[in-house]
Order: sequence, then C-alpha cells, then structure tokens
Amino acid sequence: MTVESTAARKPRRSAGTKSTAGKRTTARKSPDAEHEPVQLLTPEGERVKNAEYDKYVDDITPEELRGLYRDMVLTRRFDAEATSLQRQGELGLWASLLGQEAAQIGSGRALRDDDYVFPTYREHGVAWCRGVDPTNLLGMFRGVNNGGWDPNGNNFHLYTIVIGSQTLHATGYAMGITKDGADSAVIAYFGDGASSQGDVAESFTFSAVYNAPVVFFCQNNQWAISEPTEKQTRVPLYQRAQGYGFPGVRVDGNDVLASLAVTKWALERARSGEGPTLVEAYTYRMGAHTTSDDPSRYRGDEERLAWEAKDPILRLRRFLEASNHADEGFFAELEAESEALGKRVREAVRAMPDPDHFAIFENVYADGHALVDEERAQFAAYQASFADEGV
Amino acid sequence: MAAETTKNMALAKAINESLRHALDADPKVLIMGEDVGKLGGVFRVTDGLQKDFGESRVIDTPLAESGIVGTAIGLALRGYRPVVEIQFDGFVFPAYDQIVTQLAKMHARSLGKVKLPVVVRIPYGGGIGAVEHHSESPESLFAHVAGLKIVSPSNAGDAYWMMQQAIQSDDPVIFFEPKRRYWDKGEVNTEAIPGPLHKARVVREGTDLTLVAYGPMVKLCQEVANAAAEEGRSLEVLDLRSVSPLDFDAIQASVEKTRRLVVVHEAPVFFGSGAEIAARITERCFYHLEAPVLRVGGYHAPYPPARLEDEYLPGLDRVLDAVDRALAY
Repeated sequence: MTVESTAARKPRRSAGTKSTAGKRTTARKSPDAEHEPVQLLTPEGERVKNAEYDKYVDDITPEELRGLYRDMVLTRRFDAEATSLQRQGELGLWASLLGQEAAQIGSGRALRDDDYVFPTYREHGVAWCRGVDPTNLLGMFRGVNNGGWDPNGNNFHLYTIVIGSQTLHATGYAMGITKDGADSAVIAYFGDGASSQGDVAESFTFSAVYNAPVVFFCQNNQWAISEPTEKQTRVPLYQRAQGYGFPGVRVDGNDVLASLAVTKWALERARSGEGPTLVEAYTYRMGAHTTSDDPSRYRGDEERLAWEAKDPILRLRRFLEASNHADEGFFAELEAESEALGKRVREAVRAMPDPDHFAIFENVYADGHALVDEERAQFAAYQASFADEGV
Repeated sequence: MAAETTKNMALAKAINESLRHALDADPKVLIMGEDVGKLGGVFRVTDGLQKDFGESRVIDTPLAESGIVGTAIGLALRGYRPVVEIQFDGFVFPAYDQIVTQLAKMHARSLGKVKLPVVVRIPYGGGIGAVEHHSESPESLFAHVAGLKIVSPSNAGDAYWMMQQAIQSDDPVIFFEPKRRYWDKGEVNTEAIPGPLHKARVVREGTDLTLVAYGPMVKLCQEVANAAAEEGRSLEVLDLRSVSPLDFDAIQASVEKTRRLVVVHEAPVFFGSGAEIAARITERCFYHLEAPVLRVGGYHAPYPPARLEDEYLPGLDRVLDAVDRALAY
C-alpha cells in the first residue's frame, strides 16, 4: 500500500522507463520501493523470524514487552496532551511524534545509560526512555526557556532545532569516546529532510574517517513539512551509508521489536570498534509537522489511512494479546496511568511561571562579558524608573 | 634587559609555542584543522605539534569547515578543549552556521549547564598578495553574535599569552591572527603574568588624538604616530586586543585626554567595529570630543585583487589624512 501511494506521487521519468514499466523487476519506482525493511512484528502482530536480528530480542521477557508497550502508550498520551495544550494556548508550538513511537522507543530502549543521545526537537519518546521528565520538554514550546534539562543528567542532549546540526555534535562526542578509550556509543537522531543537509553529509564523512562509535538513526517519516522524501533523495536513504564506507539498514520504524533489535546491533558495532552505522527507520508522521502546519494542503487522507493500519502501538497490542503476555488488567491499569500522566503534564504546564526578566542576560557567557553587564545594568535602571510612578 | 624567560620570536612561532604549552599542560587540549598535522598548517603555526603529541591530539581533519567546528562542539561536550584552525578567513563561512547557531548559543540554551571551551583560530586580513577569499577581515560578523568572544593579537608577546588565555576560557573564542604579521618578531616572556585578555593596552602615549586599532593595524598606527610626531603631532595609540568584549573604558579614558578619535581596521567601514566604537564613544564622551569620530578601513566592495589591495587597505597616508581631518575641526 505504502509503496503504491508513494509511487503515485512520483512523476514518470522517461519514455524509456515507461516501456519497461510492466516488468516488476526493472520498473523505475520511487526511491523507497522494493526495499523491504527489517521487520520482526507484522502490522497484524505476528512475530516474523529473522536470522540476522532475532538474537537481539530473543531473550526479551513478557515484562519487557509490556514495558515497551507502556512506553509507547504513555509517550503517545503525553504527545496528545501537548497538542491539546497548544490548542488551549498554553504552548506556543508543539511538534508531535504521533506514529513514530516504535522507532523512538525501540531505539531508545536499546541504549545503555552511558550512551549519549543527540535528538532533534521531536524525540519525545527517546527523552522518555532516557528518564527526562516530559514536563521538562515543554518549557521551550511554552517559551519559558530554550531547553530546560541538564544534558549530562540523562546523557540526552538538548533538542536541536537547526536541521542536522546535531549529527556533527554526535560525531565529535563519539570521537571523544574513542579518545577516552571508553566503550560507550552515541546515537544521532535526524529525519529524511535532514538527510539533505551538508552537516549530515559531513558527519558521515568524519565518523567514517575516524571510525567513530556513532549510530545515525534516521526516522524517515516520509515528510519534511510539505516535501515528500523523493524531494530529498533518488536512492533509499539507508543506501547513503554505502558511499561513506559503513553499513546502512532499513528497519520498519513502526515495529518496536525490529527497531530495538537493529539499534542494538548497530550499537554493538559501535562499541566493538566497527564504527558508524546508518539506521533508516521507515515510518510515518501521522500528524502535522507542528501545530502550525496544515498537511491537508499537501497530502491526502488515503496515505494516512494506509499507515494507520500499520500503527506501532496496535501491532504490539495484538502480539501481546495473542501470546497472552498481557491481560485486561494490564491495559486498564495503563489507561489509568496515561490519564494520570496527562493530568500531571497539564497541571505542570499551567503552573510553569514566566521567567524573570533578567533571564535575558543570564548564561550568555560562562566567564561574563562587560557589555552584557552594562546592558543588564541599563535594563535594571530602566525598569527601576517605573517604580517611582507607583504603578 | 631581557630575562632568561624572554625570547625573541615571530608571531606565528609564538602561537606555536603557546599551543605546545597548552597541549603539554592539559591532556584535554586538542588541535584540529585542515593540514595542521604533518604539514604543520599552511602558515606552519602548528609545526611539529603532531610529531610530538600524536595524531589523536593534533588532528588532520577532512576538508569541511562546518564539520570541523561541529565535531569540535561534540568533543567539547565530552570534556575536551579543541583549538580548531580555519585555514583562511574567507573559508570560515561553511562553519558560520555551527559557530552562530550552536557554538555561541549552547551555554545560554542549556541555562549554563553546558560549556563550550572551543577556540577557533582564523588567520585574517590582507597585505600578503593573496587570491580571493584569503585576505578578509570578518570580525564584525562574529562580534555581532552574543555568546562569542573575539580577540586579535598585534604582536608576538600578546599572541603567546592571549592564546593561553583563550584556551583557558570556558567561552568560545574566535582568535583572529593577523597573518601579515606572522613573521614579525617580538619579545615573548613565557613567565610574565599577563593582564586580562579583554583589556586594551596603550602602546604609545600622546595628547592630541587617539588612534584605536587591533591586530594588523596596530603596527600601522604606530608608524602613523611616528610620522605625525615629525610634524609635531602627539598621537596616542591604543591596541584594543579584544573586539568582544570591547574595552570602551580604555578608549573613553584616552579620548577624554586627547579629545579626538580615529578608528582603524582592515574590515569594511560600513557596520564595522569602528561604527560601534564611534557610536558608544560619542555617547560617553560627547562633551569631550572636539571632532567627530572618524574611521579608516576597507570599502563597501569585495576585497579587491591583490594588485589593488594597497588602495583598499588603510595605509600610512590614508590614516594620516583622517588624522589631519580630525585635527582640523
């Protein structure tokens, strides 16, 4: 279904291609066609055997499976609450991860505590896995700060808004790990749109040349705001790695088990000195780019409906139910926990105070700066001038 | 008399010695850039460092400026103190995004939790007969960005110590090296306790007019002061050393004495550092000034081909002309 809908968007290339269009093997399709991702769980919730990647999830316990499910459900609930809070005027903006829960939870749960994450601004599920309190993510979207958590507290860097910049930071950090002789790894998140950025290309070059222990985790959610993936690439994104001399793998990004397994494999490569890996998590941005976006201007409902059938949470639920790994009590309890999370987030955001005016001048420099001091004093004098008016 | 710890060396060698000292003193200090390793840099500023400190600490990078600065940021996040070289002034722009949006802002973005002690070395300025993009003075483009500190030494002694201080700074520092002065020799006292990094220095006292400059223009201003002295004019010369923060107190103190100010830099006059100095000194010294603050610098045109650079760059006569105009008020 996906392949068809993607192909439908792609213009015919040439008469020559047209003549062979009937042959399945040679027809020129979109860059995403005919590249089946690694999948361990079908949309129907059936476990598919995979000789290469099974070993990374073979020892997973029912409890851990329920944990992955819980992570995804709570992340989605938090995300929905944030979207509502934007609609209520409590947040200025929200970038929803709806549809990408499996890619984020699967990769996030593959990490060790000493690994380091460099996210984009949409990695709410990964933040959850790292133990960053969800309410901390909302400060920047409410406009009270530009990043409200200590990156070193959870080895989860601040959200990077400029597209692709963080892939170089991840690479540099990974180079540092090598210099330290440690066996930690770094994971850099980015999207299909970012794959066109020079910084991403340079991070591939640097990480390959220095054999840096970094996993490039590209969530190909099919859309960079209004531009489909074929506006970014003529080859499947995972194949980009080949030209840089390291492996690339496409994984079903709506399959939490496969995302977990493939990321574990890539991290293991990093830890054992085999260098960088590109993982393309093939997924779909179910919602708008942000709350400011209107997807109806550039894409139709059919595509979204097709992806809804492949929902990451639904398929794990089917699997849990079919394998008797979770009972009604579990789902009911989780439902209650979700609502409690929504309430907690709602209340925390509404209680979030505006920053002190003088926060403008704080932390501009680590060692201070004469001009900042001077302007702070001018600002203070200006504000104090109103005190006499007794307003 | 020069002490035993004082040596006479070229400005480029002084930076080399300073980097060597920093590498020796702190295992977290790294050198990164294009050709900085085996070759020792195109100006030999990092000569011999890779040989003595190894490829892991003196790193030949791929030819990608954004990558150099971006990975330096990542290394700094891991606890390193990278000193990166941008080979020439005109090549910094691929890294401009990383410098402006990431390097400058991460400390504030993290509410002070992340520090990025990265030094970006940039050989800058003209006067060496180079091809396009090898003679520019982009310091104002960085001074406009909060979160960065901008310095430029004018002599070997300052180059040695200012590099030490830049590397010790927990803030990112853009270190502009006056490439036409790389081969000028000067006294370097490796034991002397230096003054603060961001303070200006009076290099020549005078009473009639203040010349303010930094980097390559300090030497020119000293020559101007010599020439003016022959005509009976007493010019004070101030070496700013730092463009951000900028030592306005030192300029103010000088101007309150001389009542006239001419600012000299190679960068284009339009929106250059001279404009900021003129505005602030006019505000601070309005009743002391006998003449408007005048500026001498590059024109609002691309840096010209080498055969024209002597016309484009401030020279002795152009600065003297400005001095005459200021004194004529």
